[in-house]
Amino acid sequence: MSIVSLARFQFAMTTIYHFFFVPFSIGTGLVVAIMETMYVVTKKDEYLKMAKFWGNIFLLSFAVGVVTGIIQEFQFGMNWSDYSRFVGDIFGAPLAVEALLAFFMESTFLGLWIFTWKMVSPKLHVIFMWIVTLASSLSALWILAANSFMQHPTGYTIKNGHAVMTSFSALLKNPQLWYEFGHVIAGAIVTGGIIITGLSAFQLLKKKVENPEFYKKSLHIGLLVALFGSIAVLTAGDLQMKALVKEQPMKFAATEGLYKNTGDPASWTLVAWANENGHKRVWGIDVPYVLSILAYDKPSGSVEGMNAINKQLVKEYGKQNYYPPVNTLFWSFRIMAGFGTLMLLVSLLGLFFTRKKNQLLYRQKWMLWILGLCTFTPFLANTAGWLVTELGRYPWTVYGLFTIKQSVSPNVSVASLLTSNIVYFLLFTGIGITMVSLVVRELGKGPDHEEKVEEQERKAAKIDPFDKEAFE
Amino acid sequence: MSGLQLLWFVLIGVLFSGFFFLEGFDFGVGMAVQSLTHSEDEKDQIVATIGPVWDGNEVWLITAGGALFASYPFWYATLFSGYYLILFTILAGLIIRGVSFEFRKNVPTSQKQIWNWALSLGSLVVPFFFGLMFVSMIQGMPIDAKGNMTATFGDYFNLFSIVGGIAVVLLSYLHGLNYIALKTTGPVRDRAKNYAKFLYGVLYLGLVAFAVLMYFETDFFELHFATTLGLLVSMVVLTVIANIAVMKDAEITTFIASGATFVALVALIFTGLFPRVMISSISSKYDLLITNSSSSPYTLKIMSYVAISFLPFVLAYIVWTYYIFRRRIRHTSVLESK
Repeated sequence: MSIVSLARFQFAMTTIYHFFFVPFSIGTGLVVAIMETMYVVTKKDEYLKMAKFWGNIFLLSFAVGVVTGIIQEFQFGMNWSDYSRFVGDIFGAPLAVEALLAFFMESTFLGLWIFTWKMVSPKLHVIFMWIVTLASSLSALWILAANSFMQHPTGYTIKNGHAVMTSFSALLKNPQLWYEFGHVIAGAIVTGGIIITGLSAFQLLKKKVENPEFYKKSLHIGLLVALFGSIAVLTAGDLQMKALVKEQPMKFAATEGLYKNTGDPASWTLVAWANENGHKRVWGIDVPYVLSILAYDKPSGSVEGMNAINKQLVKEYGKQNYYPPVNTLFWSFRIMAGFGTLMLLVSLLGLFFTRKKNQLLYRQKWMLWILGLCTFTPFLANTAGWLVTELGRYPWTVYGLFTIKQSVSPNVSVASLLTSNIVYFLLFTGIGITMVSLVVRELGKGPDHEEKVEEQERKAAKIDPFDKEAFE
Repeated sequence: MSGLQLLWFVLIGVLFSGFFFLEGFDFGVGMAVQSLTHSEDEKDQIVATIGPVWDGNEVWLITAGGALFASYPFWYATLFSGYYLILFTILAGLIIRGVSFEFRKNVPTSQKQIWNWALSLGSLVVPFFFGLMFVSMIQGMPIDAKGNMTATFGDYFNLFSIVGGIAVVLLSYLHGLNYIALKTTGPVRDRAKNYAKFLYGVLYLGLVAFAVLMYFETDFFELHFATTLGLLVSMVVLTVIANIAVMKDAEITTFIASGATFVALVALIFTGLFPRVMISSISSKYDLLITNSSSSPYTLKIMSYVAISFLPFVLAYIVWTYYIFRRRIRHTSVLESK
């Protein structure tokens, strides 16, 4: 085991785990904000109940997201110190701005939101939640600005072997940033919508449902949000792919499993398996014309294969391995796009079968089961998407400028890295199990739980007249 | 050395001061959960005092880390990779502590104790290792010509650094007790004051040991005699003020004095380091300096604009939050209104 592979493993593990909870909390936070807004507008108590009930699930995901996020910021210095030295002049700034602009706002207003239900007017209270949602999106913007620089460096010059910023606005005008930002936010919206839909479906499948109307309404809101997000995510993803053909041809060719240049028009590979060492495709099923349309929006045009791109890269940057893990990229892309399309279909059909005239969905258990199982699909799609983005940049950390091997901390030992990998793994497992069991527990309590508790507390409070200090 | 380099050196000190002033009492309250309280209700009561603010307080650390990366990437890279296992332990502490706030609220009563312990232990581990890290750092660490630090156990753990770790834990605990006294009513409030009265005696001993070890183990007195002595004296004076205030039940004064002790401590470390940011024990040639480990003037300028434009807003809504939650937390009817 080398320090490079251990550091890479750690980055993958901590980032994937962190990113389970980021779109979860941004997405469910948005749905909660919508629900609470509906309460403020309609004054119907059921929307208040919804905001509180789903708010508890949101808070659990937020807590895990926050603590795993700190690792990310520390990890660059800890595991990738030479990377930090090389790129710190540019890369550090968006991280610092993210903390100053987004994290303070997010944490402060979330604190206000949790603890002021009875202290401020409903109108002000819902604004807190919208500020939290805005701040989470802002934080995504800044961290993606940093990532976009790694994918497509802009506004820099190399001085004494280090990248130095020459234009801050170039960092924000990076086209890669806006594709990524659109994709990630839309993905988070789908995630939030689908999770609330799916969990509501599971609740409706229970033998004794306490308040079925509550879950039906929640499910409906979830589907609407998921539909909106799904359309946005496909649009953003499509734009991003078209840019990729030009910016990172190797990544594009690998996600399509193309070793040789395609003919014109290019056919698209539905499924395939590659012999990665022999740089050859073993088998596959092709669909004519489709790749040209995906890449160029017209039924003509060829796409370069990895073997040709490799030759150019060797010429430009010198001899080393430029082939990314092709099968992983190929299949990750299909998992992401496949589940993305599935979620779009599910939300469309779901809305159709829950329309007022004919609510077939609530009578068909198998339909509810499909919705329920969909709860897990955004996590798979989100993870697969990041695998494509990050692994596809191989062998670079900063595309064309700095490699993964150059980036790692030279002074950190294998023993240290192994220890931290093992402990993180155990911590994440423990926290994950607890988190899931608590979500199940919260769901089990049902939407009317809080009312009952408050009723009990009110009774208990009446028997306690000795609390003199309360009036101090 | 440019004005902007100096500004960011000071700002990083300010961010760490803010972190210790604010998150310091969160750590203290966290430790107090298992050491000060007599019942589950009391635990809920003191956790409620930091419930709305602890997460925001932790952002001071994240901002300090981000600012360090942005303005002093070479310092950030050497410090974070050099203190790998120390920072890893800090992260583990922050993780178990961070989730415990949400988890202890939701788990079945039988499991609540697990997360109470996670909260307390996390709150103990983090300040200890931060103290240990900063105090070992000012003694000088084996940093080579390329800025890579490869230290051994004794470099991290020695008498001075352990005293430093304990001192930061003690300061955090006292700061937390003072915060509890300020923010609660009932038996916990009185108990917090009694604990503080006793612990101030221990803190005096700690401060004397710290000052003596600093004289022998660092070059601060040789290089910066006046500021080093002045700041050490002000730490003692602030402790005396806090001690007298706690006797007189002046809760606000006690709390501000214990918080200011942290600010003086951070100032002591930063002025002592100046104009270095990290000291090499191999050769002073390899010291990381303000002049050679910062970002480019352009990046520093951009960062300064951002900080100057947004910091006032951030401070404004943070102050507003503390104003909103100014009421004391009573026993039994905990603020929790979720």
